Amino acid sequence: MIARLLEGVPRRGLAMLAALLALLLVFPQFASGYLLAIGFLILYFAFVGQAWNIMMGFAGQLSLGHSLYVGLGAYAAAALYVHFGLSPWVGLGASIGVCALAGAVIGFLAFRFGVSGVYFAILTIAFAEFARIGFDHFAWVRGSSGLFLPVANYIENDLWNLRGSPRMFYYLMLGLAAGAFVLCHALLRSRVGYYWLAIRESPEAAQALGINLFRYKMFAVVLSAAMTSLAGVVFAFYYNNLFPEQIFHISRSIELILGPIIGGIGTLVGPLVGALLLTGLAEGLGELLLALGVDVPGVKQVFYGVCLLLVVMFLPDGVWPPLARALGLNRKG
Amino acid sequence: MLEVDGLSKSFRGLHAVQNASFAVPQGGIVGLIGPNGAGKTTCFNAIAGVFAPDAGSIAFAGKSIHGLRPDQVCAAGIGRTFQIVKPFAGLTVLDNIVVGALLRSKDVSAAKSYAAEIMERLGLGAKASLPASSLTLPDRKRLEVARALATRPKLLLLDEAMAGLRPTECDQIVAVFRELNRSEGLTILLIEHVMRAVMALAQKIVVLHHGEVIAQGAPQDVVRDPAVLECYLGEETVV
Repeated sequence: MIARLLEGVPRRGLAMLAALLALLLVFPQFASGYLLAIGFLILYFAFVGQAWNIMMGFAGQLSLGHSLYVGLGAYAAAALYVHFGLSPWVGLGASIGVCALAGAVIGFLAFRFGVSGVYFAILTIAFAEFARIGFDHFAWVRGSSGLFLPVANYIENDLWNLRGSPRMFYYLMLGLAAGAFVLCHALLRSRVGYYWLAIRESPEAAQALGINLFRYKMFAVVLSAAMTSLAGVVFAFYYNNLFPEQIFHISRSIELILGPIIGGIGTLVGPLVGALLLTGLAEGLGELLLALGVDVPGVKQVFYGVCLLLVVMFLPDGVWPPLARALGLNRKG
Repeated sequence: MLEVDGLSKSFRGLHAVQNASFAVPQGGIVGLIGPNGAGKTTCFNAIAGVFAPDAGSIAFAGKSIHGLRPDQVCAAGIGRTFQIVKPFAGLTVLDNIVVGALLRSKDVSAAKSYAAEIMERLGLGAKASLPASSLTLPDRKRLEVARALATRPKLLLLDEAMAGLRPTECDQIVAVFRELNRSEGLTILLIEHVMRAVMALAQKIVVLHHGEVIAQGAPQDVVRDPAVLECYLGEETVV
């Protein structure tokens, strides 16, 4: 199994990955609380970017409403914890179920009735907006006044209830991001992966080669939704507060797709590189300006905009493909 | 092997195909010719499941394939190429063919080795790891054929697979089809304007004009048929 996963991966790429993993593992030992929070965010965006990439980068289905799955996942686990004291590890079953179902409904409506391209993207936005407005009036989860998770000072990390230090959350997110990376790598080498890429490149030709478009597109949407829900669960227990106006907001959907777009849509490493660049540099820039005594509100958004502009103009395939060539890694690994 | 009976298809007011009937015998090679707009590609698309015909029946290997989706038609054993080639541009040449091969072998490495075999057969071996987007048109046409063959069809539908090829390239690919037909009993239905290829390959020719079958039979007879000469081939082809 492992030998199979490693087959054909360039040695140098593997070494770099191992070095990166080691770096990420020891990072909390040296990082301040602030840096650790940034590390968490980078891993968070690397993970959701990877999940989104399955749908858009692999199967070619543009979702602009992924905040729906973050929000539903977060709310499902948090509500079960607040109301019934259920561990998030139990709650995430509900999160995955709800999000997979939501993804299946959207996918069914779109693919059954031939909605594709920008119209599909609009449909995904519509569902995220339904959820945002609906949850504002959903009394069981406290509507627009927000759902708060009980917070106390914990002497020890309670992994079972996800109550504990930022360091615990950092490692949890690292595990998820690494897991998603390996999963996507395996998927790309499987029959499903080949079929997704074929559908992305030309649905008609794919169908003429015997690929059931509906089945494989549905699989991509449901898997992507289920993975994104996990990020929602961690998000809820990390921030301890949930507001429909924030978590379902379209800016959240856009924020999470910038990483893979800038890193390289459809590549395995793109979401990771994108998250590193965007979150790392944007926060770093903010800090630098602050240290220089320049306080510019909104500098992060401007930075995102400039990054996107530069990438679209000069690196339409994203940062990773040319970077991989420069590093001598021509394969996808 | 393939029986098309009374096939009709209209697009709004236009009768693209009207009451067309023809058969492709097992192991045979049949050419479908006719002027532009005669309904050849419409016939193909109806067989391949792109749309359901308005009337008539299509049977393959004794079973009706009426109303099946393209992927189901392919799974039933009918491979097709597109007149306007549709390569998976971002994938390598080999990966393009692997996608086809994965229909019959779920195992990726088995599919890869089968795909490599087909790739060699079509003379694309040297370009295995190039992206399909970098291929020239003749190579894209070959890739179309390779991909369809990788699905291990019993019947291959070729929609102008030879158009745009130089005569020598055309002869090469004709030789490949002949070989497949002889060694593996592959049945072929081809739409083609390149009469050089049609005459070299087809054992039977069906001529469509204005959506209707105006002649069918042995190539030598069809090319002397006055109706065919008038609407399509022109007088000068009479030897």
